[in-house]
Amino acid sequence: MSRRWIIALKVVAHAACLGPVIWLLWRLYLSVTTDPGALGPDPTHTVTFFTGRGTLRLLVITLAVTPVRRLSPKLSWLVRFRRMLGLYAFFYACLHLLTYLWLYAGWSWAAIVDDISRRRFIVAGVAAWLMLVPLALTSTAWSIRKLGGKNWNRLHWLTYAAAISGVVHYWWGVKSGVKTPLAITVVLAVLLAARPVLAARQRSGHNARQAA
Amino acid sequence: MLIRTGTEIQSSEITPRETYVNRRAFMAAAAAAGIAAAAGERAMRLAEPRGVEAAEKLALVRSPLSLTGDTPTPYEDITHYNNFYEFGVDKGDPARNAGTLKTRPWTVQVEGLVKQKKTFDIDTLLKLKPMEERVYRFRCVEAWSMVIPWAGYSLSEFINACEPLPSAKFIEFISLADGKQEKLPYEAGISWPYQEGLRMDEAMHPLTLLTFGLYGEVLPNQDGAPVRVVVPWKYGFKSAKSIVKVKFVKSQPATTWNDMSPQEYGFYSNVNPTVDHPRWSQKTERRIGFPIFRQRQPTLMFNGYSDQVASLYAGMDLKKNY
Repeated sequence: MSRRWIIALKVVAHAACLGPVIWLLWRLYLSVTTDPGALGPDPTHTVTFFTGRGTLRLLVITLAVTPVRRLSPKLSWLVRFRRMLGLYAFFYACLHLLTYLWLYAGWSWAAIVDDISRRRFIVAGVAAWLMLVPLALTSTAWSIRKLGGKNWNRLHWLTYAAAISGVVHYWWGVKSGVKTPLAITVVLAVLLAARPVLAARQRSGHNARQAA
Repeated sequence: MLIRTGTEIQSSEITPRETYVNRRAFMAAAAAAGIAAAAGERAMRLAEPRGVEAAEKLALVRSPLSLTGDTPTPYEDITHYNNFYEFGVDKGDPARNAGTLKTRPWTVQVEGLVKQKKTFDIDTLLKLKPMEERVYRFRCVEAWSMVIPWAGYSLSEFINACEPLPSAKFIEFISLADGKQEKLPYEAGISWPYQEGLRMDEAMHPLTLLTFGLYGEVLPNQDGAPVRVVVPWKYGFKSAKSIVKVKFVKSQPATTWNDMSPQEYGFYSNVNPTVDHPRWSQKTERRIGFPIFRQRQPTLMFNGYSDQVASLYAGMDLKKNY
């Protein structure tokens, strides 16, 4: 993958991640100015699910980078997109949290405490966001050097925990009968299962080469 | 019992059709912006026909029981954002899928503790009493709300025509469950048919409406055609849709959501901001069709109908009997 291709693809990836947010902000602008229906019948709900689903999709795409890359040495360049995707996932998570704080809790500390103390789906969501914070903070090259590759890798396994917590938050949040979280759950499960399988494959490949 | 008599609803207060027909232009924009993946399920709704232009008009008299202060929610939202699990669990599903419902011929069977069993034809019911316009608040247990101009007459008129015995203490409503006309989705977890019920005094209350229309026209299929009840001081799921059978019974009947999840949905399910749903607060609600920063509204006790209905529950612990 040439440098120019990587740059071109990065531009595409930025557009793909930012595009939906720009669209949402545009609809938000329209909905408070000329077209009250611009965000659908229940704008609060629209924004909540838009940002929440966006977070989970980006988290899962971020987690897919490593397993997909291992499929072929030709795909190793994919890792150069991982930090960016992960940071966009965190960005969407922040927008989702902002939606909650503003449009649900109304910036009321009492309402937040009440929700956290009584509603497990809120706890799962807050936990997922909290897990993403140290990951975003240690996303710099400096942090990797400072922590050492091994420690940094270990810390970033938290991405899985955050994704699992996020999916649990989604299931607990929807009413019974709604199966929309199923697709993202299946994808996440496949990615979790792929890790040990790919690792084993790599080990056996390594052993085979050593034996030869 | 105190019944508030407000000023009559002016027809000018009802949103004219022209202002609400274009509400879904935003889905077109979503698709055009090329991010249909992100807004997928919404973009899907582009292609469906509106199918309401030809709706039959109803002759209405005005009712003093109507709200006067609130502007009704746009017709488009009332008919494209609601729950009717027989047609799917998504709030867009009823509008998408209810076209297969056949509302003629239609009969409502009356049985249980009555002088004698009867069957009412829908056309008889439509003419039983003068049809009134009743603008009511509608509060869903999911914490969203609307203001809806229903058309119908008090359920008590129908109950009187059924001639129940004095031993009848509760009334049960059974909705249509026909796999040929409805999806009856397995994943909803409901054992069909959908059943709801009211205490007799609740059912006889003048606010409780036997409902045939919306915005001066017959009900569109997705809102419970051809006949449903509306109990404005209770969460929406208490207001059974597409009713095929009414039973008068001695003791509290089993009701669908209460059976499925009793800790979430009580038999009474009166709108009550002091009793939270386990997963969300009921202190506030989101008004459908309002701009995002004005959507959040305080929820009122008995959905604002305290003056009329609080006496029905005098002496009852509403935290226990939620």
